[in-house]
Amino acid sequence: MTNKTAPKLGLILLMAPLLIWLFALILLPHVDMFMLSITEKVAPRVYETGLGNYGEFFAEPLYWNTYARTAIMSILTTIVTLVIAFPVSYYIAKMLRGRMKAVLFVLCLLPFWVSELVRTFGWMILLRETGIISTFLQWAGLADQPIEMLYTDATIVVGLVYTSMLFMVVPLVTTLESLDDSYIEAGYDLGGNGFTVMREIVIPHAMPGIVSGCIVVFMLSLGNYLTPILLGGKDSLWFTEQIYAQFITRFNWEQGAAFGFLLLILSSLIVWGGLKLSRQTLSETMG
Amino acid sequence: MSSSPRTSDFDLECHNITKRFGDFTAVDDISFSIPKGSFFSILGPSGCGKTTLLRMMAGFLEPDSGDLRIKGKSMVGVPPNKRPVNMVFQHLALFPMMTVEENIAYGLKRQGMPKADIPAKVKSALERISLPDAGPKRIDQLSGGQKQRIAIARCLVLDPDVLLLDEPLGALDLKLREHMKVELKQLQHNFDTTFVYITHDQSEALVMSDQVAVMNHGVFEQVGTPQELYYKPKTAFVAGFVGDTNRWSGSIKGMSGNEVQVETKDGLKLVATAADQNLAKGQNVDIFVRPESVVISRKSDALVGIENTIKGNVESVLFDGANSRVLVRDPSSGDKIMVTLPQTGEFNDLQAGQELHLGWRLAQAKCFDTLAMSAEQLADMS
Repeated sequence: MTNKTAPKLGLILLMAPLLIWLFALILLPHVDMFMLSITEKVAPRVYETGLGNYGEFFAEPLYWNTYARTAIMSILTTIVTLVIAFPVSYYIAKMLRGRMKAVLFVLCLLPFWVSELVRTFGWMILLRETGIISTFLQWAGLADQPIEMLYTDATIVVGLVYTSMLFMVVPLVTTLESLDDSYIEAGYDLGGNGFTVMREIVIPHAMPGIVSGCIVVFMLSLGNYLTPILLGGKDSLWFTEQIYAQFITRFNWEQGAAFGFLLLILSSLIVWGGLKLSRQTLSETMG
Repeated sequence: MSSSPRTSDFDLECHNITKRFGDFTAVDDISFSIPKGSFFSILGPSGCGKTTLLRMMAGFLEPDSGDLRIKGKSMVGVPPNKRPVNMVFQHLALFPMMTVEENIAYGLKRQGMPKADIPAKVKSALERISLPDAGPKRIDQLSGGQKQRIAIARCLVLDPDVLLLDEPLGALDLKLREHMKVELKQLQHNFDTTFVYITHDQSEALVMSDQVAVMNHGVFEQVGTPQELYYKPKTAFVAGFVGDTNRWSGSIKGMSGNEVQVETKDGLKLVATAADQNLAKGQNVDIFVRPESVVISRKSDALVGIENTIKGNVESVLFDGANSRVLVRDPSSGDKIMVTLPQTGEFNDLQAGQELHLGWRLAQAKCFDTLAMSAEQLADMS
């Protein structure tokens, strides 16, 4: 008897933290959020079940415009991050040896020692009307009046790219390091040039790293609140800002919960689409 | 350097090639030429510079000085993708993200072959290596020997002037390695391409090659056919590195013509044939004797007339079928002597501890100037 039950009990005990975590911190809040999102306030203290909160989202162009805008800019951020991070990662993983490699890797990590808030304020110091870049351009005679570089879409993307860079570099360096140099040499030896070796050998090999980096960066950008608000100002129109406004400013938790669910659906759909497009599976990229 | 009309007889020529890494000279002023369609091996211990030399032929490294010519054309400054050579890498470097077909087609695409012609070419290549159905397989579905053949086919399909092989058999198990040795030689014959093969395994080099260059400390010690290297080594290093051998160190006590009288530091007196030109009395020398050159007998009178004789006790019998050997210990010096057992059946009941008389002829003992060798190289040789 004991022989049969003992391993079972052990398994249950081992699984317990995971199950509690899954249930209490993920499943429970989401079920509650979902219940909240399908609850409509018809009169003070009178509630009905229905999809009215979701209907509100589609009825008001500002909401779904913000929604689409957030998605597109997050995708753009992901692409820009990838384009910048790939050469950097390739350089760290394949061109450098020994100490310089570690130094450069730590340099990528360095900005993350300070909080995101401080880092974003750093960008504001650089970019605002009376900031360093604007002053420098005037001093150099390249501009005849102060330039406001904050509160534009480009600024938001710059800030988001900067914030997410590390999360792209780490998986890329890891996958690129696992690519044996002899594959690259064989690529050249058999007649390939830099472009074809990159396209046929390096990128296919790095694909799991590219996809996992992209997923993380996309999720971080989509769910980011601080950077779009600070660098984009009042007109940043980021979807998380809408959720915040519903919950905190308007105290409309039902609407906020519906928005939260819509954001979850959006990110799931785009990640799924990205995986399909790159012919990767989630287990491959995360494993 | 002007190219004489004879240059086209050679697929690959090196003229005074040197390559240094900082203070270390990896390849030191090497010159050689490889005739068309031959199997040329470069044999040497690890760190002798053979990989550096091969990588210079492939174009991954540029020589510091000297000229490297393929079919008479200088290759200095030509990048690897523009050279008419291809390389089979040590770990093969078959692209894991592609199928077998795509691997073989990779180089053809890069050559700009029309898309329609590629499948037929790939198919015929697969047939030539007798793997006609392997095309759609993934690389990790292949066995070690199949991977080997695909890696060679991937290069040979491009019709290179020279195929470079960087110890490709190293990763295989012993039995497969023996099999691939024969197969590689046949492939070379079938495709009629010049092969340059580098290895530290003397048996691979001896079995497959038309010509072998023995390399040590960045220079070629000797270049010749396997038979020449085995029977007529020119230096102590070649004598010790190629094939198994017994070795005694001592100093010259007397010389008459080609015959050298040597005394080891344990007082053993031996006679040997001078294989080095400039030996002189008093010089420290090494004597090499092959295990199969030693005659053994249970009685001393069977060895009458043989110049060198020793009495010893059997330390152990190393039975390996036709390659069985016996290790004999000379009680006076403690030296261990390896002897190949004759296949007459006479010694089948040999036991450890038994007394044996050993003898070998003057002509079979080769005397060389003592070689300064690192401990690592000595370990490689035994």
